[in-house]
Amino acid sequence: MNMDFSPLWISLKTTILATLLTFFFGIIAAWFVTRYRGKLKGFLDGLLTLPMVLPPTVVGYFLLILLGKNGPIGKLLYLVGIKIIFTWWSAVLAASVVAFPLMYKTARGAFEQVDINIVYAARTLGVSEWMIFWKVIVPLAWPGIVAGAVLAFTRALGEFGATLMVAGNIPGRTQTIPLAIFFSVESGEMNKAFIWVVLIFVVSLAVMILMNYWNEYQRINTQRIGRRKYGTAGEYKKEASRIHFKGKLQGIRASHGVTWGIRFGQKYDLKMYSGNRKA
Amino acid sequence: MTLRCIAGIEKPDEGKIVLNDRVLFDSEKGINIPSRLRKVGYLFQNYALFPNMTVEDNIGFGLQKLSKEKRKAVIQEKIEMMKLNGLEKRFPFQLSGGQQQRVALARALAIEPEMLLLDEPFSALDDHLRYLLTKQLIDTLSNYHGITLFVTHNIEEAFRICSELTVLNNGAVESAGKKEDIFRNPDSLSVARITGCKNFSAAKYLSNNELEAVDWGIRLKTDRLITKELKYVGMRAHYIRLALENDRDNVFCCWPSFVNESPFRVTVYLFIGNRPESKQDYHLQWEIPKEKWMEIGREPLPWKICLSPERLIILNR
Repeated sequence: MNMDFSPLWISLKTTILATLLTFFFGIIAAWFVTRYRGKLKGFLDGLLTLPMVLPPTVVGYFLLILLGKNGPIGKLLYLVGIKIIFTWWSAVLAASVVAFPLMYKTARGAFEQVDINIVYAARTLGVSEWMIFWKVIVPLAWPGIVAGAVLAFTRALGEFGATLMVAGNIPGRTQTIPLAIFFSVESGEMNKAFIWVVLIFVVSLAVMILMNYWNEYQRINTQRIGRRKYGTAGEYKKEASRIHFKGKLQGIRASHGVTWGIRFGQKYDLKMYSGNRKA
Repeated sequence: MTLRCIAGIEKPDEGKIVLNDRVLFDSEKGINIPSRLRKVGYLFQNYALFPNMTVEDNIGFGLQKLSKEKRKAVIQEKIEMMKLNGLEKRFPFQLSGGQQQRVALARALAIEPEMLLLDEPFSALDDHLRYLLTKQLIDTLSNYHGITLFVTHNIEEAFRICSELTVLNNGAVESAGKKEDIFRNPDSLSVARITGCKNFSAAKYLSNNELEAVDWGIRLKTDRLITKELKYVGMRAHYIRLALENDRDNVFCCWPSFVNESPFRVTVYLFIGNRPESKQDYHLQWEIPKEKWMEIGREPLPWKICLSPERLIILNR
C-alpha cells in the first residue's frame, strides 16, 4: 500500500488558518453582538449561528453561489484575476465558515459573563475602548475564547461537506483527511481509511486535551480559587505549576493510554479544591 | 443612577450635568462627553477591580499615556497613600475586602479626577467592618482636594462621612445643605423621615404659635411662628421626655401600648389621652436608654410626658 500523506498537511494547514480566521472574526463578531442593543440582535445572532445548524452541503451550496464565476463576490474576484472555487483557499473558507459559529457562540457567552461594572470602571479611567477590549475584556473572557477556539479547530479539522462542494477532491491540493477517508472507503481501501481515522482521532483528542489542560492552567493563575497562603503572585504561580506538574506525573503513572486524561482530571480536582476553595 | 449619569455610564433622558464649569452633559445642546474624557473617579459597590491584573497594574491602568517612570512614581505614591505596601504584586482575589476597596480608591484617584463618586461602598459589609472602613475612608479622603459624592441609604453613614447632604426622592432633589441644618430643620415630610424622625401627625394651624396635631388629638404650642401653610408636625423619638414639675406647655397623659426592647434601648409605643384598646393602637414611639426605662417603668400610670416646643419639627410640605 503506497500511502500519500499530503491530506495530513493540507488538513493541518487548512485547519490552522481557518482557526486563526474564525478566532479573530469570531471574537469581533461576538463582541459586536454582545454590545449591540438594536432590534436586529436576534436576527444577527441567528444569521451568524446558521452555518452551525445548516447541513454543510447547504453552506457549500451558498458559498458556491457567492464565489462562483457568476456569483456576486466571485465575479469581482474574477475581474482582478483571482479564482477561489476548487482551490486550497476555498477549503480554508469552507472550514472557516462552518467553524465560525462555534467560536462566535462560545466567545459571546464568555463576553456576556464579564462583569459589566469592570468595563465601566475601565472607561471612567480614561482608557480607550480598544485598550479596554484587549487588556480587560478579552483576558476576562479568555477561558471561553480558548474553548471556542478548540471547538472551532476540531470542527474545521473535521469539515467535509462544504469543502467537497467548493474545493472538490483534488489529491495533493484540496484533499483533506475527511475527504481522503470518504474516497478511500468508496474505492474499497479500508486499511488506508483506517489509518486516516486513527490519525484524525489522535490529533483531535490531543488538541482537545492540550487546550483544556492549558486553559485550566490559565484559570488557576488568574481566577479566584480562594484565598491562599501565598504572599506574592510569583509564589502563587510557582505553587500552582508545581501542583500541576505533580498531578501530571501521577496521572501518567496511574494509568496508560486514553484514560489518563480523565484520571488526571479527578486527581487534579482533589488537589486543588479540597479545603481551599471558597465560594 | 445619579452617579452613573455623572460618570457617563448611563445617559440621562434630559437635563444638564456641569462639573467645575465643564459641561459633561446637556440634553438640549446634545452634549454627552464620553466616560473616559470626564475625569470622574468612580468607586463601585463591588469595587470592580480587574481580576487579571496585580494591584500595581490595577492602579496604573488609567495611566497608559504616561511614561514608564512617571507611571511607576504615581503608582508608588498611591500605594503609600493607601497603605498597600507589600501587596503590589498580588491579585485582587488575594486581598481582603478592605484592601480591595483601598486598591479601587487608589485606582480611581490615580488619574487625578476632578470628582470622586462613591457608590454605597459599605453596603455589603457587616457593622464592625463598616465602622473600620468608614474611618479609613475619612482618613484617605482628607488628602483629596476634589469633590466627593457619597451615595448611601444609611443616613447615619452619610452624617458621619459628609459635611453636606442632598436628599433625593424619586430622582429629584428634595433638600440640600449643611448636614446639621438638614437634621435640625428638615423641610419636608420625606426628608424628616429620612433623617430618622419616627413620629408624625397631620397638623392644623390654630394661631401663630399653636397648632392642632390631628392624628394625635392634641394641641401643641410652638416656640417658632407658624404659618397657614403648615401641613405636618414631627417629634423625634428620643426627644420625648417625662414632664417635669414646672413644665406647663405640651404636657400630656399617656399609656404604653407596647414595648420593644433592643440590647441597649427600649422603644415604647405610647397612646395619648386614655388607655389603648389593643397593642396596635399607638400615637408616638418613644426611645429611651435601658437604665432610664427601669426608672420610668416603676412610675404610676398614666405617665405625663412633655413634647418640648423647641424640639417640634414643623413641616410645610
